Amino acid sequence: MLLEQLVNGITLGSIYAIVALGFTLVFGVLGIINMAHGEIFMVGAYVGVMTTGVLGWPLWLGFIAAILVTAFLGYLLESLTLRPLRGKKGVSHLAPLISTIGVSIFLENMTHHLFGAGNKPFRTPFAQLSIEIGSVTIYVVQIIIFVISILLMMGLSIWLSKTKAGKALRATAENLETASILGVDTKRTIIMTVVIASAMGGIAGVLVGMAFNSVSPQMGLAIGLKGLAIIILGGMGNVKGAMVGGLILGLAETFLVAYGDSGYRDAIAFIMIIIILLLKPQGIFGSKAAQEGR
Amino acid sequence: MLKVSNIETFYGQIQALKGISLNVEEGKIVTLLGANGAGKSTTMKTIVGLLKPKKGSVDFLGENVTGLRPDQLLRKGVALVPEGRAILSSMSVIENLDMGAYHRKDKNIERDIEEVMERFPILKERQSQLAGTLSGGQQQMLAIARALLSKPKLLLLDEPSMGLAPLIVADIFKIIREIKDAGTTVLLVEQNAKQALKIADYGYVMETGKIIIEGKASNLLEDPRIVEAYLGRKSTSTSA
Ligand SMILES: Nc1ncnc2c1ncn2[C@@H]1O[C@H](COP(=O)(O)OP(=O)(O)O)[C@@H](O)[C@H]1O
Ligand SMILES: [Mg+2]
Repeated sequence: MLLEQLVNGITLGSIYAIVALGFTLVFGVLGIINMAHGEIFMVGAYVGVMTTGVLGWPLWLGFIAAILVTAFLGYLLESLTLRPLRGKKGVSHLAPLISTIGVSIFLENMTHHLFGAGNKPFRTPFAQLSIEIGSVTIYVVQIIIFVISILLMMGLSIWLSKTKAGKALRATAENLETASILGVDTKRTIIMTVVIASAMGGIAGVLVGMAFNSVSPQMGLAIGLKGLAIIILGGMGNVKGAMVGGLILGLAETFLVAYGDSGYRDAIAFIMIIIILLLKPQGIFGSKAAQEGR
Repeated sequence: MLKVSNIETFYGQIQALKGISLNVEEGKIVTLLGANGAGKSTTMKTIVGLLKPKKGSVDFLGENVTGLRPDQLLRKGVALVPEGRAILSSMSVIENLDMGAYHRKDKNIERDIEEVMERFPILKERQSQLAGTLSGGQQQMLAIARALLSKPKLLLLDEPSMGLAPLIVADIFKIIREIKDAGTTVLLVEQNAKQALKIADYGYVMETGKIIIEGKASNLLEDPRIVEAYLGRKSTSTSA
């Protein structure tokens, strides 16, 4: 029982971590919370359902479709709603935030309009497949979610630390002007960041669809707020913080449901924020310097 | 090599540069002097494209580069070490050096980084440390080393000696001289007028957004206006 809950918690937590990474990347580079990230995630989940469930495509193709659609949404988000506001005189620093809220409302309503309000079932061919290890039951879906999440997190970490483009992204995140005098085309780096973050949201969407067997137009809001909670928990703009914060939240929720009161499930994220803001306002992995650097 | 003609740059409604013209000849060290707030940094930022001038033009190697982005100017061979050094403090020393060679595609990057680290042994010693943990002088060395790795034809240095101990300042000026001797042209902004004029070939003095004096560095060192306004005060303050 305990081990099963641990597996459930890690599965959920690794999805949360991926959602939070999308927030963190965009926050790092643009200094804004992308309030549309949850809805981009939701669109990814719908693309997953529609392609695999309705059209009968294989799962890997569903992932690719979700990645392409959400990456393109990220491109549109940046070029249509964020870039026009950047560096303009007299634009409030809250404007891009409001802009992303607008996009989130648009995406939610569009999905509602296209696919209806209710939950859509998400059936993967192996939804019920499970393996028994001793007394522990692990679903194949969970293993897939875990493996994809780990690969994605490792891939992102290596990409950020080893590749030229990854270093350019980090340089841009630390200081846009410095990055540009070192030869980084910061405009392109920003687009790339939002596109990658959105595609990660899309992947997480498909994973959540698989984990919970359903999608709905409102699923973006809840996960968006949790992603936000995680990056506050882990430290704004901090990649390691997003990963660890995601796991902590996933485990905390799972154990609360299993051993405590499931009614508080969605509250735990915000209880954690309150505690962390009181004890360590810069987040678990956040540094004071990183905050002041903004 | 660099020709700045009548540039006017604004911050919103505030005009910081009121028609600056200057020339940097290939192979020389040219220094731009002036009190705090005169507009020296604004001039440097306008040259590399961090700021766009409302009027005037910047020509580099005979090509009009006005309004190009900083990364485009870097590709053409103009590198800036900004005021306050601007190292990437959350990245390691070696990653900062990697970023210096960011735009290069040739095969010699590894070798050049190795070479730069031989020249600045402290950077080799601290290569895997976060750059933010270096001392001020070490950060300035890193910023200069990083800029050199882009293989610039023209290096712009904005107050490289700012806030450093006198011994380290002497080091920095020695390095600037070596950079020139290695064939890189230098435009040097300094408050430290005496030391700057000693290594420079030509100098400009700015005051509230205008160039008020220019001339050969050796002549400026004797110019009574400069001796009184910049050298006199500076030398008493450094000897104090
Ligand atoms: N970001 C800015 N916004 C508004 N005014 C600025 C800004 N940066 C500099 N200034 C003003 O422009 C003038 C020139 O500044 P600067 O170029 O930094 O001078 P210097 O480098 O010679 O000390 C000063 O009056 C300064 O207050
Ligand atoms: Mg200055």
